[in-house]
Amino acid sequence: MALLEVEDLSVTFARRGQRAVHAVDGVSFSVDAGEVVGLVGESGCGKSVTSLAIMGLLPKQPGLSVGGKAVFDGTDLLQLDDRSRRDIRGRDIAMIFQDPLSSLNPVIPIGLQVTEVLTRHRGMKGETAAKEAAALLDRVGIPDPKRRLKEYPHQLSGGMRQRALIAMAVACQPRLLIADEPTTALDVTIQAQILELLKDLVRDSGTALLMITHDLGVVAGMCDTVNVLYGGRVVETARRRPLFRQPRHPYTVGLLGSVPRLDAGRGEKLNPIPGSVRDLLPWPDGCAFAPRCARRTDECVGEPPELVHAHDGRSYRCVNPEPLPGMVPAPREEESA
Amino acid sequence: MTLSPGKKREKIDRLSELAARDDERGVSLWQEAFRRLRGNPAAIVGAIILALFVLVAVVGPFLVPYAATDTIGIREGLIKPGVIPGPTGDHWFGYDHQGRDEFSRMIVGARQTLLVGVVSTLIGLAIGALIGGVSGAAAGLGGRWGRWIDTTLMRFIDMLLAMPSLLLAVSIAALLGASLTTVMIAVGVVSVPVFARLLRGSMISQANSDYVLAATSLGVKKSKIALTHVVPNSLAPVIVQATLTLATAIIEAAALSFLGLGNPDTAVPEWGVMLADAQQYLGIRPSLAIYPAVAIIITALGFTLLGEAMREALDPKLRK
Repeated sequence: MALLEVEDLSVTFARRGQRAVHAVDGVSFSVDAGEVVGLVGESGCGKSVTSLAIMGLLPKQPGLSVGGKAVFDGTDLLQLDDRSRRDIRGRDIAMIFQDPLSSLNPVIPIGLQVTEVLTRHRGMKGETAAKEAAALLDRVGIPDPKRRLKEYPHQLSGGMRQRALIAMAVACQPRLLIADEPTTALDVTIQAQILELLKDLVRDSGTALLMITHDLGVVAGMCDTVNVLYGGRVVETARRRPLFRQPRHPYTVGLLGSVPRLDAGRGEKLNPIPGSVRDLLPWPDGCAFAPRCARRTDECVGEPPELVHAHDGRSYRCVNPEPLPGMVPAPREEESA
Repeated sequence: MTLSPGKKREKIDRLSELAARDDERGVSLWQEAFRRLRGNPAAIVGAIILALFVLVAVVGPFLVPYAATDTIGIREGLIKPGVIPGPTGDHWFGYDHQGRDEFSRMIVGARQTLLVGVVSTLIGLAIGALIGGVSGAAAGLGGRWGRWIDTTLMRFIDMLLAMPSLLLAVSIAALLGASLTTVMIAVGVVSVPVFARLLRGSMISQANSDYVLAATSLGVKKSKIALTHVVPNSLAPVIVQATLTLATAIIEAAALSFLGLGNPDTAVPEWGVMLADAQQYLGIRPSLAIYPAVAIIITALGFTLLGEAMREALDPKLRK
């Protein structure tokens, strides 16, 4: 059984006098124990909102409604009361955020912030907590941990800060770690180190990792299973290798095609996906990606595309998917007409 | 440009030395702020003024040439109707209307003035921070109940704000009877809304910050988040405001004394009372009003300079 089973999750922000925004619209995916699952998409596709909804961290405001299920180890996280939710956070599920500087309290030392978690969930105090905190910092690769515990966030480098945050997140050996763009605010060499660290932690402790990112390089290096999000819906789910070898959904194709390549010829242009995320069709009117899609047909508009479960265990939400190599492409409508 | 290997090594050594020094320097936000404060000329001027003021207030009364209550001028027959003698070699600021040594009274008065300023600011800060802190925590972190508590407290603060501050102070002073304590309470209460609103607003904005979200995501309790994360990050503007309020508190206390609501025992000199007394003799000896007025202005200026410099030093946007 999956460790986390998200079923038909939807998040809607309604504002008086305005059309409701479906930030997340029927997202389903699952994370098995010890597995690394990617949630990929460009800005505004709903990936962060999905993670915040699972954690129950969306700011409580009128007009916010969260539907569906997020079953973690048999309990639906969305139905929990505040108290039990707080108990689960940090102990069973922990989160790593994008910007390590703003995610640390600037006016208190790192040590206090790490021990806070230990005190909360593991009942550690004083000397014991300090020792454990130092051990944690050591484990995430922070040199001279005893001294670092007394330092303030602004004294650490970006990479060190992210390591400290990871130390806080893994302090109670959670079974699921959600990393929301953990390397976006870091420079490239540090990104690699942090990803390596996350990989090690996952391998050593058997923690499952839900990796939220827009970076296909990160996905290629880490994830077992990938969910591609567009316009608040999962448009393609596949294991990593098949996804990169033969993407089916035109959006995945576009994402892969838009990655700059070193082996591209000099003067060759980048291939962005035309348009922007704002060019959305509401799903009931058809495929949200249709306005930007190169493989658009008449069928794309009118009915929302169903999730197609292909024979090889992958699924995609497209009526005219990229053909698999070796397959005879079905004649396109406009060609036959 | 190419450097010889020796020069290069020297340069690297110097750089690593600099880096090492940089590593040891400045620890907390407050230490960093203090370091920047020292580099600001306005802060230094303000600090010197205040240091002198405090020094005079503390040791001055022991060093004055004449007792502040000694009516020398009357004893020696110098004070006649319509005549108040000016400065002499022995009496640098001359006499007041009861023939007391004005210079001695100014020095002794510094202590009262400082006391009024500090105590009334502390009263305002304590009550204001309590109301603002509860309100801010309730609004920023609490649920529906939190909003209710916040609204109730803030409407009370709005009521205080709606009244002109001097009128409010006069009403309180009139209600409690004229005394030094009354002046301090009245001036303190007037500054409550500023502190409350400031801390509340600062806390609400901090409650939306990433580190609060991060702490929440780790299951830290709301009360703990409020006390260890939100409050320490929200205090800087309140502390700056306290320095600025000290200046206005002294002026407001002077205004209350001027209106006759201050300490009825005029034997104990206080700059505001002295200013009030001097108004009857403006035509004969205007300098009696000028001394305390200038003293109040300089003191208020000192607090303001230091407060503004602190505001700059603590502003995270200006931090590099």
